[in-house]
Amino acid sequence: MAAKKSIKISEELCKGCGLCEIFCPRNIIKLDNKTNRFGYHPALITDEEKCNACGFCFLMCPDIAIQIERGKDND
Amino acid sequence: MTKELLKGNDAIGAAAIDSNCQCYFGYPITPQNEICEYFSEHMPKAGRVFIQAESEVAAINMVYGAAASGVRAMTSSSSPGISLKMEGISYLAGAELPCVVANIMRGGPGLGGIQPSQSDYFQATKGGGHGDYRLIVLAPSGVQELYDFTRLAFHLADKYRNPVMILGDGFLGQMMEVVVKDSKKSDNFEEPEKPWATNGCKGREKNIINSLYLDPAVLEQHNNKLQEKYRQITENEQRVDTYLTDDAELIIASFGIAARIAKEAVDMARDKGIKAGLIRPITLWPFPGKTFTSYSKVKAILTVEMNAGQMVEDVRLAVNGKVPVYFHGRTGGMIPESKDIVAELEKMGGAKV
Amino acid sequence: MSTTILTRPESLSDRKFHYCPGCSHGIAHRLVGEVIDELGVREKTVGIAPVGCSVLLYDYVNFDCIQAAHGRAPAVATGVKRANPDSVVFTYQGDGDLASIGMAETVHAAARGENITIVFINNAVYGMTGGQMAPTTLTSQVTTTTPFGRDCGIAGHPIKVPELLSSLEGATYLTRVAVNNPKNVNKAKKALKKAFQIQIDGRGFSLVEIVAICPINWRMPPEKALKWLEDSMLPLYPLGDIKAEQGVS
Repeated sequence: MAAKKSIKISEELCKGCGLCEIFCPRNIIKLDNKTNRFGYHPALITDEEKCNACGFCFLMCPDIAIQIERGKDND
Repeated sequence: MTKELLKGNDAIGAAAIDSNCQCYFGYPITPQNEICEYFSEHMPKAGRVFIQAESEVAAINMVYGAAASGVRAMTSSSSPGISLKMEGISYLAGAELPCVVANIMRGGPGLGGIQPSQSDYFQATKGGGHGDYRLIVLAPSGVQELYDFTRLAFHLADKYRNPVMILGDGFLGQMMEVVVKDSKKSDNFEEPEKPWATNGCKGREKNIINSLYLDPAVLEQHNNKLQEKYRQITENEQRVDTYLTDDAELIIASFGIAARIAKEAVDMARDKGIKAGLIRPITLWPFPGKTFTSYSKVKAILTVEMNAGQMVEDVRLAVNGKVPVYFHGRTGGMIPESKDIVAELEKMGGAKV
Repeated sequence: MSTTILTRPESLSDRKFHYCPGCSHGIAHRLVGEVIDELGVREKTVGIAPVGCSVLLYDYVNFDCIQAAHGRAPAVATGVKRANPDSVVFTYQGDGDLASIGMAETVHAAARGENITIVFINNAVYGMTGGQMAPTTLTSQVTTTTPFGRDCGIAGHPIKVPELLSSLEGATYLTRVAVNNPKNVNKAKKALKKAFQIQIDGRGFSLVEIVAICPINWRMPPEKALKWLEDSMLPLYPLGDIKAEQGVS
């Protein structure tokens, strides 16, 4: 089973559409109350430890704003 | 050097093949069906591409794709079908793509008739498609010129990255004459490299073929670039033929098949003692205005066309009021007659005892 | 220990998409880019951009791209592929471009069995121009040109494109997918990869319809738009293969 190494959401590219929030199976993505410089509420990871790099957020993001690095179990 | 008896429409096909045209896309319409049929036989034999497209619209867009890929491509049609191609032609000009479009004119407007006319002069030289663009327009007046000008068209299209139109008509398309293929004439018609083509970005940055510029400042720059190109073409590519103009007092201005009839009228008029001459524009765009201004001392000019008066406007513009300009034309597919042209010359004060 | 990185494919440029928040174009672009990367054909690929929201496709891809007149992309693609058979040619078109003004070009490219791939984004409206009726607009659907809901007596019935093309012998692979959830996104990618592979193998014409959301013009937030897609569009536009080669996976 893949273990997360890192997950990054770009505040610059995110348009706050919320699709990642809808599909995260662990409910650890929320749209920020604050806005970015374009007026969007960018998505934030609320609990990085819980992320297992399932990749659903990456699949659903229309702006390729999410980058995920996945490692194997033994890390 | 070889000689061949060819139908006008076939001469276009032969010239295209000799010019390394790789792709022909067309659609049947009278009176140019033979062009389609010629290519349908000769392109596969030459290992090249022929498609009978689903419409003239589709055909011009196939030309757009092939031209973008960096190969020589052409299409042909007749008046109503050329109207359908106008959007595509504007795109080709805007994207600076080379190609050749042959219009074998027929009577219009609308479905009109299948007999020859010259009533697409405005469409060819003043737009037809939208936007500030120009086509180089070549007007052959015989089968030899249909061959020669098609070869020239591919050369000019590549030289300037612009569509070029051969403006023929049903008369020229159907007639048969001997064509002499002189390789020396087209020695300098080598195909240039096309580093801008979209043929796969291996070893380079990507290429884009596009006519969209949403930023108006950028679109203006692009238009300025096109206009500079058209200025260069106007400077360098005007072509015209003259006949007995040195001492002419009355000049006939005529193009294409009408010019051949006008030439006979000049000879008939000379027999009657009228000092007539003929100016035959070969490039309708760029219009050989320089030639007309050099004849500003003549008594009058008679423009003879197979339409309701189109090139006559450019003649008037060129002489700028210095010479009276008259018009004689036939429409609907009717052919002007040399005796009627001579009668017009006489009316214009050319009668001599 | 091995690492996979889920990130922007090499076949897409770094340019930020201009699409509306939640618009399916972004997912579709990424899938096309990933497929081109995985098949290793970026340097041979020529994309044809339509008129529509995705007219600027040429800015988002990292390979040769031609912008085509509205509806003409399959004809342009035909010209490219016939002139340069080694290239991998795809069109990327919306529902107006492909099924309205471009219907003749779509049908005839399929009929001729052109060895090209058509990526068809169906979101039941004309997006770029502000939400007018499309050939795929549903019965009773409100759009800016059907303000009382699409009345089929006046405006006709929606068109199911892969089904329409399925009678054509020249068409090899016609399928419909959606990008409304992760499972479907993965299926959509598989379909696109299959379609491109068919072209690479010289096995003919393929079209992949991607049922998509258009939150802004549907006047719905993305979550409601997904629901509308599932409840209203998918019953009319069922997912799956409409035509596929027998015995070939």
